[in-house]
Amino acid sequence: MLLNQNQELTLKERFLNLNFTFIAIIIILAFIGCLTLYSVAGGNIHPWALNQGIRFLVGLVIMLGMALMPPEIYYKVATPFYIFTLILLIIVNVAGHIGMGAQRWINLGFFNLQPSELMKIAIVLELAKYFSNVPLENIRTIKGLIIPAILVAIPVALIITQPDLGTSLMLLFCALALFYLAGVQWWKFVLGFGAVAAATPLLWHFLHDYQKNRILTFLDPERDPLNAGYHIIQAKIALGSGGIFGKGFLSGTQSHLNFLPEPHTDFIFTTFSEEFGILGGTIILFLNLILITYGYWFAFRIHNNNYFGKMVILGLNTNYFLYVFINIAMVTGLLPVVGIPLPLISYGGTVILSVMSSFGIMLSFYVNRDRELKK
Amino acid sequence: MKKSNNKLRIFLKRALFIFSINILLLFILVGRLYYLQIYQGKKYALLADSNRMSKRLLVPPRGTINDRNGTELALNVQNFQAMLIPEQNHDIDKLLKDLTPLLQLSQDDIAHIKKDIARHKRYVPVSIKDNLSWEEVATLMINNARFPGLIIDEGVVRSYPYKHYTAHPLGYVGAVSEADLQKSDAPLLQVPGFKIGKIGFEKTYDEKLRGHEGSLTYEVNAYGRIMQEIEKKEGQKGQDLDLTLDIRLQQFAYDAFGKESGAAVVLDVHTGEILAFVSVPSYDPNLFVDGISINNWNALLNDEKTPMTDKAISGQYSPGSTFKIAVALAALEAGVIKPKSTFFCSGRMKLGKHLFHCWKHSGHGHLNVVQAIKHSCDIFFYETALKTGIEKIADMSHKLGLGEIYDIGLENQKAGVIPNAQWKQKKLKQPWQKGETVIAGIGQGYVLVTPLQLVTMLSRVVNGGYEIIPTFIKQENPPQPKKLNIKKENLDIVKQGMFEVVNGIGGTATSARLKLKNVKMGGKTGTTQVRRISLKERAQGIKRDEDLPWKFRNHAWFMAYAPHDNPKYAVAVIVEHGRSGSGVAAPIASKILEEAIKLDIR
Repeated sequence: MLLNQNQELTLKERFLNLNFTFIAIIIILAFIGCLTLYSVAGGNIHPWALNQGIRFLVGLVIMLGMALMPPEIYYKVATPFYIFTLILLIIVNVAGHIGMGAQRWINLGFFNLQPSELMKIAIVLELAKYFSNVPLENIRTIKGLIIPAILVAIPVALIITQPDLGTSLMLLFCALALFYLAGVQWWKFVLGFGAVAAATPLLWHFLHDYQKNRILTFLDPERDPLNAGYHIIQAKIALGSGGIFGKGFLSGTQSHLNFLPEPHTDFIFTTFSEEFGILGGTIILFLNLILITYGYWFAFRIHNNNYFGKMVILGLNTNYFLYVFINIAMVTGLLPVVGIPLPLISYGGTVILSVMSSFGIMLSFYVNRDRELKK
Repeated sequence: MKKSNNKLRIFLKRALFIFSINILLLFILVGRLYYLQIYQGKKYALLADSNRMSKRLLVPPRGTINDRNGTELALNVQNFQAMLIPEQNHDIDKLLKDLTPLLQLSQDDIAHIKKDIARHKRYVPVSIKDNLSWEEVATLMINNARFPGLIIDEGVVRSYPYKHYTAHPLGYVGAVSEADLQKSDAPLLQVPGFKIGKIGFEKTYDEKLRGHEGSLTYEVNAYGRIMQEIEKKEGQKGQDLDLTLDIRLQQFAYDAFGKESGAAVVLDVHTGEILAFVSVPSYDPNLFVDGISINNWNALLNDEKTPMTDKAISGQYSPGSTFKIAVALAALEAGVIKPKSTFFCSGRMKLGKHLFHCWKHSGHGHLNVVQAIKHSCDIFFYETALKTGIEKIADMSHKLGLGEIYDIGLENQKAGVIPNAQWKQKKLKQPWQKGETVIAGIGQGYVLVTPLQLVTMLSRVVNGGYEIIPTFIKQENPPQPKKLNIKKENLDIVKQGMFEVVNGIGGTATSARLKLKNVKMGGKTGTTQVRRISLKERAQGIKRDEDLPWKFRNHAWFMAYAPHDNPKYAVAVIVEHGRSGSGVAAPIASKILEEAIKLDIR
């Protein structure tokens, strides 16, 4: 029986082992996204809704493909993928495509590849691999932290200079979550935060003016009501005026009359909430909560000897959670505007690709939940 | 194995901890949504509305100002403006080039238009040319297809068709000033291009003429582009103002002055209605509506004939001999002279050390009050004034309407001066001198009146002693004027004197008789010294008034009424530096009365 449990599954068995509720929620969220994009365009599938739908379907295929692969493959590619992504990041920094005032993309002709998105997956795989191979005693020494710290510091530094404060912070938080899960002592985090706090004035010095502005504007939006502060004030007006039930589908005045900045990307949650009120906003939050809870369930459910899988699942899950939390906190004025989209809903191909791949990897471990990982 | 179990246990424990933090953070987000959308939802809903709604005030048409026959003296005329919406035309240079010959645009105009286009958003219409002629409008309409983006905007502009004839009572409108904004917070004043009454009736009755604003609420996007109309509230047109003036008489009276400077006021003696009210020269109020040019403004300011001053109410002049009517009435009422009592005029009178002359150096001989008025004998009135005393003369003057300010809706009205002992003590801190009563008796010295006051006095004398109040506003049922406490026979005596002035043999203004059958008029001349001819000037050969420069010559008065038997019209005419009441002012007054009778104003 035990041997049997560790046997590889057939393709059909693997397919049946998928979690269809999880997938259904992903599809619902993507559908909400397309609906909102349809509304933002003034009741038109162009220019965003149709495009986004197609991208999502492609993402869905990729997710299923990755879910049906044996999980061992993720262990095997972890290091090469990490190195590959790091090289892409360096290329972007040296000669990246210029867009949105920042160098973040590699133009592949049909697609603008954002290596920092890939790095979110790569860092999780690489750290999970490292921690799964190192005994707890070593993790709990300073020496054992040197390698993972370098693994994190290089991409974070590269992304911060792009400059992309939001993504680099997300990467850092995700890595810290993995450090914490791996058993790094509490006091080391406290010490680390203390050091960062002490270095803050120094870091402030290295920030670009527009980044400084964003943080200052976050602290006091009225400081600059016509420029940077305008966005967050208008976003709050859009959201607040939605009330309980919203202004109705296709009837959001703030987004349709162009008061909202980027109503189809970073601020899509405000667009949606203006039209569907707190009811709609809470539904999006609730669906995401279920999705995240499934992530934890997957991590608990898979074979206890698959420590790598558990780490990967929670790493990717935390990543997803950070997307959702930072985006909504940012458009509701709880966090500075750092340019993080709302996954599955905001318009944009790279995020769909990265998030759907993450879900695919998580599902792959879940599909093979009853067996150990063959290293 | 145990070690790896320990690692897994820590993982699971810590995973639960992170999970609970995730849930907590998501609930914070729900709380934040509750705060923004429900707790502060109303506030943000209002903000969203004020974001998307924009309101524009609609300016109501201003009320017209009409004369007593309904002729429009101030009205709103259509005005056409060619405007260009830049975003609707792709080759603006070519368009402007094509328009240049049609609209006579100068290089400066084109440079200005291009600057305007560059300064505004592409959908904001920019003015190409204002005040288009009908031909220009027609040309642009016909060639509409050739000029994409060109629109013809229709507006209104205040117009005063009778120009200088009505400038003084009507005034004009002009752009809203800082001072106007301080005085009133009416929203209309904030509308760009709104015009407010600046002076005259346009100012006094501004709120009545202005009406109430309407509003247009429309939806705009974040860039201010109009998306759709939401609500339109029509305003209320301003009320019209109906005046007692008769524009025909007004024009006639103005033109009667020719090149002279002065003022004339014509009253209906029974109602106090002002039928004509001119101050000559005047100015064209249309020049002020869109802001007057510096050159025009300086020309008006530097003109020695003061076209900007309304001489009918702001000009204070010694009444001269016209004042003798008030003195005669005061004396008759006080009983110090009888109708038949006579004085002897030898041409001079001595009071203390001073010697007072009659204008006729050889003297008039014996004359009674009627004859004294007829010949305007100074000695008679020196004596009469002395006997009557300054206090009674002042009382009678006030009774007849001198020294008073009238509520006729015009600013800058002067009260004139009716002196008495108290006035002098207060003003000059000196006691009254008897000699001052003497010269007051012939309307010289401190006494000052305005043409409006003088015509009011005349009206009250000839209408049988009713206290009419001059007014510009036509009323359906005018209030019955109060009867003054003056005996009718005394009024008839001075009236007889004024009849003799014009119609008696040897009267002072016989040349001014009306050239009408069966209609006689009465009147009184007045000539008042502006400056004595100095000894030095006499030495230089300047003996007569007309040898002096214009501004030092005597003022000429004439006040008259007609018809004598049943008076209806009264007029007071002053010709500044006109030298002679009978020679210059009387013919003007006579012509005005003749015209009034011919027009038969009702």
